[in-house]
Amino acid sequence: MVASWTRKHLLGLEDLSRDEITTILDRAEEYLETARNPAARKTALAGRVIVNLFFEASTRTRVSFGLAARRLGADVIDFAAGGSSVSKGESFVDTARNIEAFGIDMVVVRHAVPGTPHLLSQHLRAGVVNAGDGAHEHPTQGLLDLFTIRKRLGRVEGLTVCLLGDIAHSRVARSNIHGLQKLGARVIVCGPPTLVPSQIAAMGVEVAHDLDAVLPRCDVVNVLRIQFERQRGAYFPSIREYFHLYGMTRERLERGREGVLILAPGPINRGVELTPEVADGPGSAIIEQVTNGLAVRMAVLDLCAGVRS
Amino acid sequence: MLPPIVIRLRGGRVIDPANKIDTVTDLWIEGGVIAALGDFGNREADETFDCTGKIVAPGLIDMHVHLREPGREEDETIATGVASAIAGGVTSVACMPNTEPALDSQSSAEFVVQQARRANLANVFPIGAITKGRQGNELSEMGGLVQGGAVAFTDDGTPVSSAEVMRRAMEYARGLGKAILSHSEDLELTKGGVMHEGAVSVRLGLKGMPSAAEEIMVYREIALAEISGAHVHILHVSTAGSVDLIRNGQKKGIRVTGEACPHHLTLTDESLRTFDTNYKMAPPLRTQADIEALIDGLKDGTLSVLATDHAPHALEKKTREFDQAPNGIIGLETFLPISIQALIEPGHLDWPRMLGMMTIAPAQVLGIDRGTLTPGAVADVTVIDPDVEWTIDPTRFKSKSRNCPFGGWKVRGRAEIVMVGGDIKQRKSPLA
Repeated sequence: MVASWTRKHLLGLEDLSRDEITTILDRAEEYLETARNPAARKTALAGRVIVNLFFEASTRTRVSFGLAARRLGADVIDFAAGGSSVSKGESFVDTARNIEAFGIDMVVVRHAVPGTPHLLSQHLRAGVVNAGDGAHEHPTQGLLDLFTIRKRLGRVEGLTVCLLGDIAHSRVARSNIHGLQKLGARVIVCGPPTLVPSQIAAMGVEVAHDLDAVLPRCDVVNVLRIQFERQRGAYFPSIREYFHLYGMTRERLERGREGVLILAPGPINRGVELTPEVADGPGSAIIEQVTNGLAVRMAVLDLCAGVRS
Repeated sequence: MLPPIVIRLRGGRVIDPANKIDTVTDLWIEGGVIAALGDFGNREADETFDCTGKIVAPGLIDMHVHLREPGREEDETIATGVASAIAGGVTSVACMPNTEPALDSQSSAEFVVQQARRANLANVFPIGAITKGRQGNELSEMGGLVQGGAVAFTDDGTPVSSAEVMRRAMEYARGLGKAILSHSEDLELTKGGVMHEGAVSVRLGLKGMPSAAEEIMVYREIALAEISGAHVHILHVSTAGSVDLIRNGQKKGIRVTGEACPHHLTLTDESLRTFDTNYKMAPPLRTQADIEALIDGLKDGTLSVLATDHAPHALEKKTREFDQAPNGIIGLETFLPISIQALIEPGHLDWPRMLGMMTIAPAQVLGIDRGTLTPGAVADVTVIDPDVEWTIDPTRFKSKSRNCPFGGWKVRGRAEIVMVGGDIKQRKSPLA
């Protein structure tokens, strides 16, 4: 056990210290083999019950948390809001309390509204892990991005990382900013001004709108998904123009640094944010990220479950 | 027939901003009206209160209150709302028409007046809706509303989006001698917004409402007041830019006034970092620079009124996901101490100036004969202990709701004796 880990909840990376983040990444390293090999089950969470409380569509995050919990020996319940009492008018907090009464140890929650995991953590005795709250945070995605960078490039400290695309609506961007800065990386956020609010500079990041100008300084580019529904909201004129200005192409990549690492939290839109050549090229860690995510989520569940109130 | 009752408030600091009085003396009340200051012949009092060390002021007026009845009695009723007012030292409230149904007819205004009479605590002055059903399309029957007791008009809670409708409303209200109270908000710019747009909203991933959404509409109202000649009063002014616009309008001689709420003088968007829905309101909590501009506006008279925007919501409604929780906080029982903390303690205003903003200034906006201790006036009186230190505890409130962000705040100053029309409604504060 790591003596320094005292948190029952993981609500966001903003709350964590550098040491706490490193503790999770180190623990994930230990679980990476288990993540790769389905036969190598562990028993750290045997007898524990974890519920996936997803109020917003998700496939990979929900599956990843479910697998992570099972690989550690826990029982997993999947709860989707559509078929529940929430659709009958029950309040979110009442629903969560009722589910907790089944004897739940941990709740993994995804919700479209920022702060909802925080609300739950105030009303439940169970531990709460944030699997994405609106545009606020997605801490395990941030952690797996850090883990992937550390694995590929050997360090995070001193690197320059570009977060590219729809920053305004991205919880992944915010968790990345907090995590990267705590581990000593420089962060550039880049995209059209409609998707990169100028006030984000107050978080200590460099704000850029010209990708070609900043690319030569970047060690890592994290390509965020463009949400098509945004196009109707006057955020950008067309997919074609977006791709022209911000799409990651081979030509663009060649003007960047040698060995620049490409990350994408997915799901990706080939031909919108990046070309297939880039997505599948040697600089891309997109598929690795999925396996790393499993290891990171095992680490988070293990650490948080080890803390009793 | 019994002789009228004589009450003597002895030896208090009598502050009557309307008459520029600030002196230690006795205040005499006879038969429900102010009888005399200082000497009252050799009359004997039926009851005497020692007010040494206390401030004797006109009963406070809160011109921006949501009483929720009819329609949302789970949040507040007229009876609980006026009980909350009295506990806060407020003897008159003006209540907003965003009830269900809206206060948009003579009978609906009369219902409010009747319920207030039954409650028999604070005075209640209904404010009529500008448009039928607060839909922003057709003018309500303003003349009938005035006959039913309405003292001004607003669609508060929502703006009147159409400039044409607002222009005609101002013209029509001018003919009735009543003010238009504007909730200034451009709904397109605030769509989906749940807090002030700025560095904090970006950090939290919450959709913001830019200051410009308020300022665009404040400018529109002032321009329309200019062409209509109406008196427009800007409700809950929250941004530095709005204060500038109002100041410039007043310099041009346009009939525009403005009010500030205690929470906009004491809290900023930083509070939202807790995701506590008791910090969610419209207009939203803004920045320290806005607080300073509002205080400057109060100091130079640009903003003449303090009001609470008392907005009760039942606990189960506020205990929701942040986006789904309703806007607003209650304020009647914290009106005085939070205003003292924001304005008197730092030395921004003295007692006569601040009390003027809570008495005669709102009375003038509404055109009601309250807010003064002039002999012959209705004896609405609040006796304030300015020095008592206490801790705000919302569980003690008389309001039906508890959506208050000031719980646990250590404050100074409290209303003790409260009198309405010479009737003693409270002898000692119930708040601590």
